This record gives sequence, structure tokens and C-alpha cells, in this order.
Amino acid sequence: MDRVETVLLPELDGPVPTTLPRALGLLSLALGVGALAVPRSLARLTGVDDSPAAQAVIPAVGARELVHAAGLLGGRRPAGWAWTRVAGDALDLTLLGRAMADRRGERRRRLALTTAAIAGITALDTAVAIGAGRARRARARVIRMEIAVTVNRSPAEAYRFWRDVENLPKFMAHLESVRADDLRRSHWVARGPAGRHIEWDAEIIDDQPNRSLTWRSLPGARVANAGRVRFVPAPGDRGTEVRVQLRYAPPAGALGRAVAKLFGEEPEQQVRDDLRRFKQVLEAGEVVRSEGSPNGISVRQQAMQRPAQPLPTSRR
Amino acid sequence: MKATAWMGTDSVKVIDVPDPTIMNARDAIVKISTTAICGSDLHLYHGYIPAMRKGDILGHEFMGEVVEVGPQVRNLKPGDRVVVPFPIACGHCSSCQRGLYSVCENSNPNAGIAEKVMGHSPAGIFGYSHLLGGYAGGQAEYARVPFADVGPLKVPDDIPDDQAVTLADVFPTGYMGAEMCDIKPGQVIAVWGAGPVGLLAAVSARLLGAERVIIIDRFPYRLRLAEEHAGAETINYEDVDVLDTLNEMTAGRGPDACIDAVGLEGHHGNAALYAYDRAKQATRTETERPFALREAILACRSGGVVSVIGAYGGLVDKFPMGAFMNRSLIMRTGQCHVQRYTRPLLERIQRGEIDPSFIVSHRLPLRDAPKGYKIFQKKQDDCTKVLLKV
Repeated sequence: MDRVETVLLPELDGPVPTTLPRALGLLSLALGVGALAVPRSLARLTGVDDSPAAQAVIPAVGARELVHAAGLLGGRRPAGWAWTRVAGDALDLTLLGRAMADRRGERRRRLALTTAAIAGITALDTAVAIGAGRARRARARVIRMEIAVTVNRSPAEAYRFWRDVENLPKFMAHLESVRADDLRRSHWVARGPAGRHIEWDAEIIDDQPNRSLTWRSLPGARVANAGRVRFVPAPGDRGTEVRVQLRYAPPAGALGRAVAKLFGEEPEQQVRDDLRRFKQVLEAGEVVRSEGSPNGISVRQQAMQRPAQPLPTSRR
Repeated sequence: MKATAWMGTDSVKVIDVPDPTIMNARDAIVKISTTAICGSDLHLYHGYIPAMRKGDILGHEFMGEVVEVGPQVRNLKPGDRVVVPFPIACGHCSSCQRGLYSVCENSNPNAGIAEKVMGHSPAGIFGYSHLLGGYAGGQAEYARVPFADVGPLKVPDDIPDDQAVTLADVFPTGYMGAEMCDIKPGQVIAVWGAGPVGLLAAVSARLLGAERVIIIDRFPYRLRLAEEHAGAETINYEDVDVLDTLNEMTAGRGPDACIDAVGLEGHHGNAALYAYDRAKQATRTETERPFALREAILACRSGGVVSVIGAYGGLVDKFPMGAFMNRSLIMRTGQCHVQRYTRPLLERIQRGEIDPSFIVSHRLPLRDAPKGYKIFQKKQDDCTKVLLKV
């Protein structure tokens, strides 16, 4: 199979966005270069040109800013580097507070303006740090699965069955129903945690007849998700290799935790079970049931087998 | 209905359970007339096959009358008399289409656990643990038969149950064991185990043209059956050294093919060797006692075939890989692809070439199933095969 990582959920599948952290990095770069190149001008501007200590502190602050700049412009761990800026801001605010305590007049006015500017930057730094952290955690929550099964049917037959999205609940155990609204859009109802339903709308975003299908949830889905299935002729006239990629992006909080629990420690296992059922439906006509596994194939249920004897009337 | 249920190690009971119903469109319900206890049921009875649950209905050799069919079953109708192959096979996956019914890719709903143990999953089997599907077995008054449009074979009225029921497992299994030997004129075939499968493998080797058949067991009454029905020469491994005797009988060549019809609960004439594997099995550091397999490999002529039809479930120790590799041996094995053999073997019975019912020693009512397991386990009363009549 081709190893190209397919971006199925563009806003969540790629790396954490780095535009804002980079902007902060450029700000750090400018401040650092300024503080090192023209420390006296900066001392005058901020109202501390009367202090011999400032002549030592300002270049030190400038050097620190260059460290922030290097980290933020490097593009890795943007949240962590944004937080180092917040810490630097706190240090600067402390220094400014001490400088303001023993100054009056014009210098005090300049210090107050500087403090206000740094406070504004601190708020911006904090917002960027929190945002980048959230983006990182959202990506960490995305459940990614890539599974394949070989089905003894032609790519056209396998594609046709999958393309009729109303067939999906026949083998995807977590789905209760899928209703096709038109050729592209559909409404999905899944069994959610604690017997509740999760519903969303999805659309087919790429359709290559007999070869592949790509779909994703429309904005507004509580659990954003996307999938692609490819139908590749199996070598040696052995039917079709059905290769599936899925992405689920559970939200933060209780629903996200419940979704993660629903998938369990081995989320791929459930999709593998779904594909086994797909194979059974296409090859054998329907999901195969036994007395021990009356609901058909499910690794989760295998640990809780009922005895292999006919079901009581009440459970039929 | 009444059904024979596994209640724990060395314990089966006939209990009341609900009647089976159609669960899949290709199911049929069969009212059982005759069912049998298989040697491999003893592996379950002894607790050597994992993933059994208390209350599991046993039995994978059965026949009877169709009483109900699902909407997709068009080749059978109520009233048909059928024998049911023990592997459950869908008929449409790649394996089934290549005739490898016992590795059907769709019939094990618990394929996930089987894959963890075996790499890939074999087919589901009636009454043979949750590892192989969790299907209710046929030692009962009724059974649900999945894929009834593929497996069951209609049996003509003039073939008695005692012959037809052997088509569910033991006759095809023995026959496949002999067929895998690829027998050429003049060849000598050795068979380890004179149980029903070994006896029918010996007879089948004859049918397929073996010059001589040598059978190895420790029960004189079973060896006698092999002499009488397969014209076999016999070795009692409790009396003589098997390898020496086989070399002597074949003037140093060794048998051209060796059939292991013993499987995972072998015995050995040497008490120390037996104790070694028995202890490893008891402590679960080995799941099998593969005496017959080791001996078959050592005995087989260089370039010959080792055909394994005895049942194994897990891991084997002290496998003589050096002998196997250096002497260009070939191993062929598998749970029997019964669906391939039922019709041609029925025709052999009809033509009078063989009467496989010679293996049957006991006929008991279903309610006496626990007694049947006991006498089969203890080899009491010259027991070779217990049929349960419903």
C-alpha cells in the first residue's frame, strides 16, 4: 500500500499550527536584537536610564529574548516555548514593578507605559500558549486506524456495497443507521456511551468508482471523523484488498473520554471486526452468528462468551 | 431439548436447554438420529482445549432429519435425511473455493482469539470450544446447522445411520490422512493409533493402493480390528521398540509414509519419556504429548511423507527438526476438509468397497452420554467408537 500519510481531517491531522508562536518568536527576536544593540536607547525609552544596574540587566533580558526566539521560530513544541515567554514576561513585570517603586515624574510615566505594554504582551503570550497546548492535546486525542482485509469479490462489487452508505451499519457495529440524503450527503446515527446516540452529517468528498471513497463529517459533528476506503485488486485473482483509514477526533471532556473508552485500548480491533463482518456479508451473505457469539464477530464480546447452547426465547 | 454439555474437566451431563432456532438465513435445524463421541471430544473432556465454558453443548459428528430451513437454503427441505460435516464452512471465501473447507475464512465468529493463538483462524467447528466459534454441538436432540446449503449431504434410505454418521468426521479424516501420503504402488504405510480415525486411515491406505499397512497401538482389541478390516500388520508399542520393528519390517528403509492418528494426548512405552511430556503438559509449559509425531518423523523413510491428522492445539517440544530437515521429509496436515470427501466416500460405501461401521463398538441412548465418555476414556469393554442414539 502507499505509505503517503493521508490528511483526512486537515484541521487535526497535520502538525500543530505555528503561525502565532512564530509571530511571537519574531517579536522576541526584535526585542532581543534591540536590547543587545542599543541598550541605552531602550533604557531611555523605558525610563530606567538613571540606573547603572539597567545597563547590565537590559542586555541580559535581550539575550533571554533570543533564546525564546530560537525556540519559537524552531517550530517544535510551540506551547512549551510560548510558556517560556510567559515566564519571561513575569520576570520583566517584576523588574518593572521594582523600578517603578523608587521613581517619580517622567521616568515613572515611561515605566508605567512599558508595564502596560508588557502586560498586554503577557496576555497575548498566555493565550497563544494555551491555544497551542489545546491544539496539541486535540491532536493527541485523534484516533487513527488503518486496517485491511482481503475479500473474495471484485473491486466493483466491494465498492458498490460500500458506496451505498445505508449498508454500512450491516457491518459497522457501532452504527445504528445511516441515511443517504442525496448522492453525497448522509446522516449517521451511532451508538454512543451509556446507550445514548451520537448523530452527525457526513459527506463524500472524493469518489473514484471501483477504486476508492473518502468521506468526512460536516462541521458541527460532536466527534469529527473522516475515512477513506480503497479497493485494490488482490494479486493472483484473489478478489480485493479493502484498505481502510479512519480518523476520529473526540472533543475534550466527558464525551471525549467516553468515546476513547468506547474504542478501548485497541481501537484497531473494532475496525478489524467491522472488516471481518464486511467480508462475511460480501462472501457469506450476512454476519455469521454462533450460540456463543450470537451477535457475530466481536473481540470485545469474546471475553464474555455465553455457553454454546441455543438462546433462551427471551433473547431471540 | 436434551443435550450433552461440558461441565468441567472429566465431567459431562445431559441437561435441558432451549431448542435451537434459525439464526442465519442459510441455517437449517436438524433433528438428530445418531451422533458420536469423537476421540477429539476426549481432549475437550480432559480439559486440554482452551476456551471451553461450563454448559457448552458437545459433539461434532451427527446426522438426522432436516426439520426447518432458513430462507436462503434451497437444496434441502424438511424431511431430508442428512449427515453434517464437522467443519462449518461458508462455501464462498477463497479457502472454501479451493476446497480447504476446514480453514473457511468466515465461519469462526471468534476468529480474533484464534488468531492470537494460531496466527490465523481456522473454520468454526460444532461443539469444539469458543476458540473455534462457540457453536452448540450435535450430541443433542436438535442442532442448528449454519451454511446448510454447503455442508450437509443427503443420505439415501438404504445407507444405515451407523455407516452414514462416519461421514461427518472419522471416515473422511482417515481417508484424507491416507490421501495426503500420495501412495504409489508397492508402498508401505505406517499408522500410529488404531482408534476409529487410524483404523479408517489404514483401510483407506489399502483402498488407495498401499502394498502394506502397519498399524501401531497398545490395545490388542484395536490391533485385531486393523488386522481384520485393513489387512494391516500390527505393532504393540508396549511390547517392542517401534523404530527397530519398523526398520526390520521394511528392511531398513522405513515406511514410505507415516500417518499420525494420535494427536496431542499420546502415550509412550517408555515410562520416563511419557512422564517428561506429561509433566510439561500438566504445568502448561507444553500443551501436547507428541510421541507419535516424533516417532513418525524418525521412522519415515528419507524423502517420505508424514501425514498428521491427529489433533493438536498448541505447542510441541522436542520436535525432531534435524531429522525432518536433513532427511527431506514432507509434512502434510490439516483438520479434514470433510465437504470435499462426503460424496465420493458415500459412493464408495454404496458400491460396497468399504463398510466403515466396523469401528462402532457401542450404541447407547443419548441420556447415557456421560457413561459413553467414561468407557471411551477408560477404553473399557473394548471400546472403539460410541454412537449415541436419539
